Amino acid sequence: MTAPPEVAAVTVPASSPRVRAARGRLARPVPPLVTFAVFLGLWYLVSDVVLDTDRRFLLPPPDRVVTVAFLDPVNRAPLLRGLALSAAIAAIGFVIAALIGVALGTAMSQARWVERSLYPYAVLLQCVPTLALVPVIGFWFDFGFASRVIVTVIVALFPVISATLFGLQSADRGQHDLFTLHGAGRLTRLVKLQFPAAMPALLTGLQVSATLAVVGSVVGDFFFKQGAPGIGVLIDLYRARLQTERLLGAALLACLLGVAAFGLFGLAIRLVTGGWYGSSLDRPR
Amino acid sequence: MSGVGRTFADGTAAVAGLDLRVRRGEFVTVVGPSGCGKSTLLRLVSGLDAPTDGTMRVARDRLGYVFQDPTLLPWRSVRRNVELLAELEGVPRAERRRRVDRVLELVGLDGFAAARPAALSGGMRMRASLARSLVLDPELFLLDEPFGALDELTRERMNDELVALFTDRALTVLFVTHSVAEAVFLSSRVMVMSPRPGRIVGEVSVPFPYPRPPSLRFEPEFGRVAARISALLRVPARAGWEIPA
Repeated sequence: MTAPPEVAAVTVPASSPRVRAARGRLARPVPPLVTFAVFLGLWYLVSDVVLDTDRRFLLPPPDRVVTVAFLDPVNRAPLLRGLALSAAIAAIGFVIAALIGVALGTAMSQARWVERSLYPYAVLLQCVPTLALVPVIGFWFDFGFASRVIVTVIVALFPVISATLFGLQSADRGQHDLFTLHGAGRLTRLVKLQFPAAMPALLTGLQVSATLAVVGSVVGDFFFKQGAPGIGVLIDLYRARLQTERLLGAALLACLLGVAAFGLFGLAIRLVTGGWYGSSLDRPR
Repeated sequence: MSGVGRTFADGTAAVAGLDLRVRRGEFVTVVGPSGCGKSTLLRLVSGLDAPTDGTMRVARDRLGYVFQDPTLLPWRSVRRNVELLAELEGVPRAERRRRVDRVLELVGLDGFAAARPAALSGGMRMRASLARSLVLDPELFLLDEPFGALDELTRERMNDELVALFTDRALTVLFVTHSVAEAVFLSSRVMVMSPRPGRIVGEVSVPFPYPRPPSLRFEPEFGRVAARISALLRVPARAGWEIPA
């Protein structure tokens, strides 16, 4: 009997682009994970080695934070209620800031005098310390939900205004000439040229604004102290009671809320502008 | 155009004392060194800019203007880009679709209708830009160094196609370039401009009939016409109108 004909084994060389791409995808989460591990290591080092037992309350180890703040249902309930409240305030404040910001930015893009009369005050609003505004807003609108939303709007507004204004000005002169030549009016120009051209800048501005809205809702809550407790009030409470595990747990939740907002917009950016804008940024570094 | 000048707000004169007459069905090219105001001339003709001196009369009702850059909208597909001007001019949707299909085939982009501009080569982008203007069936076609950014081979191919287009349709073309060979190959008449402030310093008519075969570029007569234009380009601006023998 003759041996069966040899079947040539088709092997993909280890360095083929496809293999490298797959390896790249697998390797992508490695650097941040290493950073995280180092961070946890340092944390344990401080908690368990640097601090003696009497002073360990200053920085309890990570597992204690998880056990006390998140696994104990008695502690977890107020944290989750606070998170829900702060998330609602951040979301409502962000939506209002986005609407006002896009409207103001668009108005400013349409007439130089509008820009000159409003933009300096938008900058001013951005520069006022939240701390200084809180008491006044409290006097006028009471220390409840509405006031917290107002603080959030103030904190989150500016990036939307500046991103809208900058974005609407990003269409180039040749494209504008084309629209001028063919008799396009203001509205057509805005809808067919300026807004699409503004999308990358606008969405990035909204992304920044969304994370600021989370910060604003927590900071406003912290300063107001009264009313239904959000994450901010809880942080103040746990600080006063030296309940560091819960304090860090609350901070972690606020942080995750911000990251979620950031991630959501990252996704939106990829969906809306990925087809035409991102591809030009894919240059090697 | 007679005695047309354009002086900018900062006092620099881009063009001065321009006299130019383009008749229906002509292919007129303006050649001149960089920065001599060629683009300003086209902007004046198109109405995007207004002259500060002189008078001009232009039939602008069916105008096509192709810029130096393709100026495609990166978020629109090739088809939607080509459709844009017809959309702005209020051409009904069905009619638009029919015209877009026709010009995409004409410029050889029918296989790329769904692609985004970023996926195209420089030459293909310029074709899309040409197609976008052709959708409106222009009578007066203004082209501002449209092939300046392309490599030599692509540029020659585009020139061949433009000549074919001009031969097929009742177009009037005003073309701007700094390439003498391109000017001779394309036009029925070449105007030579001086450095800034740009003035017309000479005029050469090109005797070759249309359609023009690519081999025309290697005819001795082609070289002679090109040489006359080159000589005019070297005349100092002040020397004025006399054409060297």
